[in-house]
Amino acid sequence: MTYLENIGKYFLMIREMFRKPTKWSVMKHLILKDIDDLIIGSLGIVAFISFFVGGVITIQTALNISNPLIPKYLVGFATRQSVILEFAPTFTSIIMAGKVGSFITSSIGTMRVTEQIDALEVMGINSLNYLVFPKTIALLLYPFAIAIGMFLGILGGMAACVFGGYTSLEDYILGIQTDFDTFHITYSFIKTFVFAFILATIPSFHGFYMKGGALEVGKASTTAFVWTSVVIILLNYILTDMLLG
Amino acid sequence: MIVVNDLHKSFGDAHVLKGISTTFEKGKTNLIIGASGSGKTVFLKCLLGLFEYEQGTISYDGKIYKELKERERRDLRAKIGMVFQGSALFDSMTIAENIMFPLKMFTKQSKSEMEDRANIVLNRVNLPDAHHKMPSEASGGMQKRVAIARAIVNNPKYLFCDEPNSGLDPRTAIVIDNLINEITDEYQMVTVINSHDMNQVMEIGEKIVFLQHGNKEWEGSKETIFKTDNKAVTDFVYSSELFKKVRKMYIEENE
Repeated sequence: MTYLENIGKYFLMIREMFRKPTKWSVMKHLILKDIDDLIIGSLGIVAFISFFVGGVITIQTALNISNPLIPKYLVGFATRQSVILEFAPTFTSIIMAGKVGSFITSSIGTMRVTEQIDALEVMGINSLNYLVFPKTIALLLYPFAIAIGMFLGILGGMAACVFGGYTSLEDYILGIQTDFDTFHITYSFIKTFVFAFILATIPSFHGFYMKGGALEVGKASTTAFVWTSVVIILLNYILTDMLLG
Repeated sequence: MIVVNDLHKSFGDAHVLKGISTTFEKGKTNLIIGASGSGKTVFLKCLLGLFEYEQGTISYDGKIYKELKERERRDLRAKIGMVFQGSALFDSMTIAENIMFPLKMFTKQSKSEMEDRANIVLNRVNLPDAHHKMPSEASGGMQKRVAIARAIVNNPKYLFCDEPNSGLDPRTAIVIDNLINEITDEYQMVTVINSHDMNQVMEIGEKIVFLQHGNKEWEGSKETIFKTDNKAVTDFVYSSELFKKVRKMYIEENE
């Protein structure tokens, strides 16, 4: 029953987020600040993880191809497919649920605990529009971070191949060019946009409606991470089945 | 003037406010007092429009809140200043930005006009050099004064304060009390303070509403509270030996 109530409350929150917009002169600063906090501030970790995971995927694939009949360029092919279809959009989003999601929940939750949200409401400001809407807009740039992740993942694979001596550079490049389907990029970005919306709204929901003190802010951040990850994984399955199935 | 008539508010089965009627006048410092759980905070939140209530009316200068359209409610809220118990300053903004925030949201003033106004109110609360500090760098008393400055920056008609002295030392508490009292008179606002600080009651309580178990048990002023025989009030207000002595002295002096 509580789950159903929370799902209803979540959709009401989304509807409320678009009502009574904040003045544009104020909103644009909020959006720019959130782009800095949520996107620019995450590029480092996305780049680092993508590069090394791309390398690991390559090494694992290369080590598991023992049959001499399987061409070596398949290592590049497998790395590209893994990074573009799953690693960059989905698993980076799970990591971002931890980084960005807990930041959103704790910052909004702290505002709730310290009555800053009440202060906004007393002033007649739509606090959901003021707090959640700019984060949602800022995360529309999330596919940009994922595109960098894709590029660096494939680059990391190439570095692992070349410096680890698993395949030649030519084979790897041939592999990443083999049977390239541009729809896979479209599919990946469709997923990324959906995940971006989830990354902005579920942690905001848990922060906005939390009750209690500092301890509950921590608990809300953990709950937000769990639910954001669960929803991302479920939507990943549904979208994959719809778009590729 | 704020007129409250037969206000009822429940949460599920809990009937928290049981038909409160009172008035809060312009230019006066009105205090709502009562023990914890008496309904003070719920009453204040109803006055602020943060809680919907089942029965009764609250009117602000003749306009009944429930009958106002969304836009009119927003306009009314722009005329309300609020000082929260924990100050509720936006911790991502400097003190000057906190004060200019209501102006940014509700006026079309230029940056220099907003800065001028922020300077005026910061001087008024005796914090002329605090502009660039972050709220976390300010003491509790300073934060309260910044919260008052933010509440009055937009020339509100109504000022609400939720336990403005909580967590302050006695000397700073008196400074804050006097500041609120002076500002109320200066800006001719309707000021409503939620309190259980008896010093504050005795210092600035021009009108006092005592709540008990969601009912208005008594109302009067800082003068009449000394003379009342209402047991609930005397048990609450004169629970300490010091205040019992103060009351005795007051009655002896005035006989």
